[in-house]
Amino acid sequence: MSDALIRVEGLYKVFGKDPASVMPLVHEGRSKDDILAETGHTLGLKSIDLEIAKGEIYVIMGLSGSGKSTLIRHFNRLIDPTEGRILVEGTDVMQLSPRQLIDFRRHKMSMVFQRFGLLPHRSVLDNVAYGLAIQGVDRSSRAQQAQQWLEAVGLSGYGEQYPAQLSGGQQQRVGLARALCTNAEILLMDEAFSALDPLIRSEMQDQLLALQQKLHKTIIFITHDLDEALRLGDRIAILKDGALVQEGTPVDILLHPADDYVAAFVKDVNRARALTVETVMTPAQCCIEGDSVQAALKALEQAGREYGFQVAGRQYRGTLSRRSLEQAPGDHIDASLLETVATVAPNALIESVIPDTLETPGPLPVVSEDGNLCGELSRASLVEVLGDGSRRSAA
Amino acid sequence: MADTSWLREFPQMDRMDLLEIRKTLDSAYREFSRSYGDSIESFFDPLLHFLVWFEQLLINSPWWAVILVVTALVYAATRSWKLSLSVVVSFLLIGYFGMWEDTMSTLSIITVCTLMSIVLGIPIGILMARSDRIRSFVTPVLDIMQTMPAFVYLIPVVMLLGIGKIPGLIAVVIYAIPPVIRLTNLGIRLVDPEVMEAATAYGASPMQRLFGVQLPLAMPTIMAGINQTIMMALAMVVIASMIGVKGLGQPVLKSITNQYFTLGLFNGLAIVALAIIFDRVSQAYARRTQRHSNGGRNV
Repeated sequence: MSDALIRVEGLYKVFGKDPASVMPLVHEGRSKDDILAETGHTLGLKSIDLEIAKGEIYVIMGLSGSGKSTLIRHFNRLIDPTEGRILVEGTDVMQLSPRQLIDFRRHKMSMVFQRFGLLPHRSVLDNVAYGLAIQGVDRSSRAQQAQQWLEAVGLSGYGEQYPAQLSGGQQQRVGLARALCTNAEILLMDEAFSALDPLIRSEMQDQLLALQQKLHKTIIFITHDLDEALRLGDRIAILKDGALVQEGTPVDILLHPADDYVAAFVKDVNRARALTVETVMTPAQCCIEGDSVQAALKALEQAGREYGFQVAGRQYRGTLSRRSLEQAPGDHIDASLLETVATVAPNALIESVIPDTLETPGPLPVVSEDGNLCGELSRASLVEVLGDGSRRSAA
Repeated sequence: MADTSWLREFPQMDRMDLLEIRKTLDSAYREFSRSYGDSIESFFDPLLHFLVWFEQLLINSPWWAVILVVTALVYAATRSWKLSLSVVVSFLLIGYFGMWEDTMSTLSIITVCTLMSIVLGIPIGILMARSDRIRSFVTPVLDIMQTMPAFVYLIPVVMLLGIGKIPGLIAVVIYAIPPVIRLTNLGIRLVDPEVMEAATAYGASPMQRLFGVQLPLAMPTIMAGINQTIMMALAMVVIASMIGVKGLGQPVLKSITNQYFTLGLFNGLAIVALAIIFDRVSQAYARRTQRHSNGGRNV
């Protein structure tokens, strides 16, 4: 068995009076509309196979009606499949008895809902502690844990309030704290940030990423917003009409859309906000070792370039230009000869480096945290990736 | 020429056959009440004892003690001085106009009827909310209970149990229970499905869902049902007095037969006063327990 924490195998879901009777048609490969017209049954999900690894954020994305909310409800069996298996740590969720299922929901998974799903008649603190209360944890220890998670999401003073007194963003923080409070390994998030306004949404995304850095949960995140998917996901699965059309890393999806449907989605994405420097940088063209001006000029000549990077081993020292080297008084390269050029980090978003790229005539050095030169970022490669993406994916 | 009289007159069942049906049903029911009446009556004995004990308690306690206890209960439920004060004034007026004892009888039977309706009605409402099949069975029964003239179901109750408190109580409960059943069902069905889903997703058992989520969230609606039940029980008190239920209904009945306008009006007003008190108190209590829904700002 692989190291997948969750495996979904051959999952089908048909809604209607007698789903089993429709399955032969589904296996014949008839379309959703055909089946609806002929039998009155709705095909919710068809032939879903997924593997989700421990500790990753797995985003399932699709438009409304694509079956993503149906799919996420299969993981904790809020909805039962018509056919197929769902394995969590090798246990088939479908085989659990009612008693075991309750136990499984209490300890293995927790869930965050689009419209928060908070209990309006309980205080914020009691809402956060809800999962523990259900498990029968005693009052004082659950209040203490709930307080701790309330602090973690930045709502420490709000324990005594009722959910209706909080703003949407605050309510969803309560929802998140409630999900974290049970210490479940798997977090299901059903359009968790979709009901929030854009500013709060991006704040919540940051908070989720920050928490994930500390907690290393396995998160299944549902969204209809590709920008959000690209930002949060380690891997993304795209659903259309109940079927999986593409699965891959954000860069994969962005640069190599599997079909026209995904391509149409990707077209409107703000790539500058979705891609990092790493994905568009090219290997450094002209690395100059040593302190000799003549040797440096020669190297630039050979490479046919105006600019080069002075390095020591893999360490980045500075950027040199042909013009200042030609006017150098001696043969020794000293600090005054180095150009004042900003360096960029490989994991920076392209958006954040655009101003530096525009201000600098030559390519920007991409320098990692420990000072190594990883590559260079030229205006040309930036324009290429921000421009018409189809040219690149066709190449 | 063929007989065409069926075109002009409704083709009615033969009179003899109709009489036969009535006779058979009547005698069957009479037979049933003769053989089981006693055991059914003894089944209700504990309830009768409680009812008598409660009525005697209200009548035999000193009037100021009753007013004190009732006012204390009203204040505990509503935290409103205005309401508590109007309760005191209404009771003083009722007593001053000589209707104290009848009012205590009515108060006791209304209290017991309301408790019975809640104890029976809420579980039925819960079952109705859980299963569409039960709902499709219970709804027409409730429709019949609410539209059938009250006098009609007094007949079998009296045939079975005779005249007295218990048949009166049964008649009042049959008349007054539908709102609490209907609104319990409605309240539970209106609970936000996402909140229910959240409870399920966190591993709440069916009982934890019922008592931790469904009932608390349905409570405003259920309280509205209880309020309606109390109002209907009060309205039924006059009719129930025809089969020997003591209380404010009997003077009203007497004034209809004897054309005592003022006696009828006074007792009618006493029933109205009780109704208003019950209504305001139950509504104020419901509002106070639902503080969270208006953000906990005003009480």
